[in-house]
Amino acid sequence: MFERIGHSATAQVRFTFNGETVIGNAGDSLAAALLAAGHKVFRDTPTTAAPRGPFCMMGSCFDCLVVVDGETVQACQTPAQVGLVVTSPPVPRAQP
Amino acid sequence: MTRPDLIVIGAGPAGMAGATMAAQQGMSVLVLDEQPAPGGQIFRNLGASSTQQRQMLGPDYTAGQMLLDGLAAAPLTLISGAVVWDVDQERTVTYSKDGKAYRVKANYLLLSTGAMERPVPLPGWTLPGVMTAGAAQILMKTSGLLAKDAVLAGSGPLLYLVAVQMLRAGTPPKALVETQTPANYRAVLHHAGGALRGWKALAKGARMLRELRRASAPRYTAARDLAITGDTAASGLRFTAKGQVHHLECATVLLHQGVVPNTQITRALRLDHQWHAGQRCFHPVLSPWGQSSHSQIYVAGDGAAIAGAKAAEHAGQCAAADILRCAGRITAAQRDTLAASAKRNLAGEQALRPFLDALYAPPAAILRPPDAVTVCRCEEVSAGDIRAYARLGCKGPSQTKAFGRAGMGPCQGRTCGLTVTEVLAQATGLSPQDTGYFKIRAPLKPVTLGEVAALHSPAPQQPEGQDP
Ligand SMILES: Cc1cc2nc3c(=O)[nH]c(=O)nc-3n(C[C@H](O)[C@@H](O)[C@H](O)COP(=O)(O)OP(=O)(O)OC[C@H]3O[C@@H](n4cnc5c(N)ncnc54)[C@H](O)[C@@H]3O)c2cc1C
Ligand code: FES
Repeated sequence: MFERIGHSATAQVRFTFNGETVIGNAGDSLAAALLAAGHKVFRDTPTTAAPRGPFCMMGSCFDCLVVVDGETVQACQTPAQVGLVVTSPPVPRAQP
Repeated sequence: MTRPDLIVIGAGPAGMAGATMAAQQGMSVLVLDEQPAPGGQIFRNLGASSTQQRQMLGPDYTAGQMLLDGLAAAPLTLISGAVVWDVDQERTVTYSKDGKAYRVKANYLLLSTGAMERPVPLPGWTLPGVMTAGAAQILMKTSGLLAKDAVLAGSGPLLYLVAVQMLRAGTPPKALVETQTPANYRAVLHHAGGALRGWKALAKGARMLRELRRASAPRYTAARDLAITGDTAASGLRFTAKGQVHHLECATVLLHQGVVPNTQITRALRLDHQWHAGQRCFHPVLSPWGQSSHSQIYVAGDGAAIAGAKAAEHAGQCAAADILRCAGRITAAQRDTLAASAKRNLAGEQALRPFLDALYAPPAAILRPPDAVTVCRCEEVSAGDIRAYARLGCKGPSQTKAFGRAGMGPCQGRTCGLTVTEVLAQATGLSPQDTGYFKIRAPLKPVTLGEVAALHSPAPQQPEGQDP
């Protein structure tokens, strides 16, 4: 669980994640805003549908992948912006 | 500035110091960094940090202001938010900013892309709620977010630093679980050379530990058999210490086992690399001034070999001085004068490293995890799978792709690369040097079709904010 300090004066940024409204602070990455809002699972893996969330926060692990405007992006490298529609990447159906 | 003399990739201490010196000496310099502002890992977001953030992150963080000021005052062009995803032998650099791709070429390159945290493969490390200690620190630096009731586990100076920073912020870790053993302490006795500075660093570590103890954060040492428990998210950390099995309940586990050079760009450039037995990682082969196997490409900072932020700053200056010499702007004697203090300080910082490397050496079970542990997080390939490839004749990481999907996911092997090398080397009996590393190819970061298409369009391709 994450708790915020010292940023009370910052402007708020409202977007949605899988249809749910998330309110972050200006300057947050999508990953930071989602973690602050209590979301720790960002997606399920394509191979085994295992739940995943951010791991490195610096753009190297690619565990934080989400979809914004049809593009798969790293949530930790993408600024939270007003009105973004963010979803988890779809899990391809398992191979028979 | 359609063709700068020097492009610096990465605005951490190494890149900031190197770019500032080169620009002050009259070179036209372009600095590219993917973060929203300069600072690198250590000084991330320093320029925009709040008073509270500065207080909790402490003097090591605020000390970066001098470098930021130097960079801002120097006559150079800095483009932040620029993600470099291709660099070639002709020193053409391709980067994206705000969804558009740009290409720019220079006579010299200084690669100062820093380090990343060493992968910490152990059972359960892929569960949501498990992050690196550095990740938690990034959340503090950029968003003022603090992990509550988190357990910090592993080894290395950054583990203590993050613990103390959490403490100062009023959310001490629930526990500190260290993997260092008495053997680590015995090993450092052999490093008499860097010992004095080493003991100073140790004393700093000890001060941090006292601060933690006063806050009564429980501390476990010589922990082994670490495993994260939980089904769909972390619910605790299990480990053995002093012959006793412990299970600490927690929803956030922060792992750390030191940092290793980020070699994506130097690998993509096919520069010569070498295995560093003390740091258990690869690094580019460099002259004492940071010149790589390509005479117009230099590497400085933790991307060259881990030596810390102070060393990175000095190494950036040494590289800049030698680039000036190489470009014929100053003589070798002038270079020696220009970089005299940087060179001296760099040597001092480097002397300390073998001591720290031995003290915080990662445990064998992390470097070469048991069969069941996931190594490649992207494609969910286990250490056992890698060992099976070896039995089928796979000799090196560049071949694993013929056997399975390790390293083929979106992270391009950044997270599993070193573990795959270590596990294969152990299985084949070859050295890590002979085992080698994944073949890294551009694009180094995901790029959209739109970005690539824009590159080929006749639209102006030079970075904005530049002289014509
Ligand atoms: C997560 C993390 C946190 C750390 N925190 C501390 C700390 O608090 N205190 C401490 O003493 N040490 C810390 N370190 C150690 C760190 O390596 C420092 O020693 C120091 O920051 C190294 O300086 P540098 O200039 O070599 O690289 P860095 O400071 O790492 O700077 C490299 C820069 O290059 C940029 N970059 C990398 N790849 C690209 C690319 N493809 N395109 C564009 N830009 C790129 C990065 O965004 C970064 O800004 C940390 C390391 C990590 C990984
Ligand atoms: S959390 Fe690792 S890339 Fe975003």
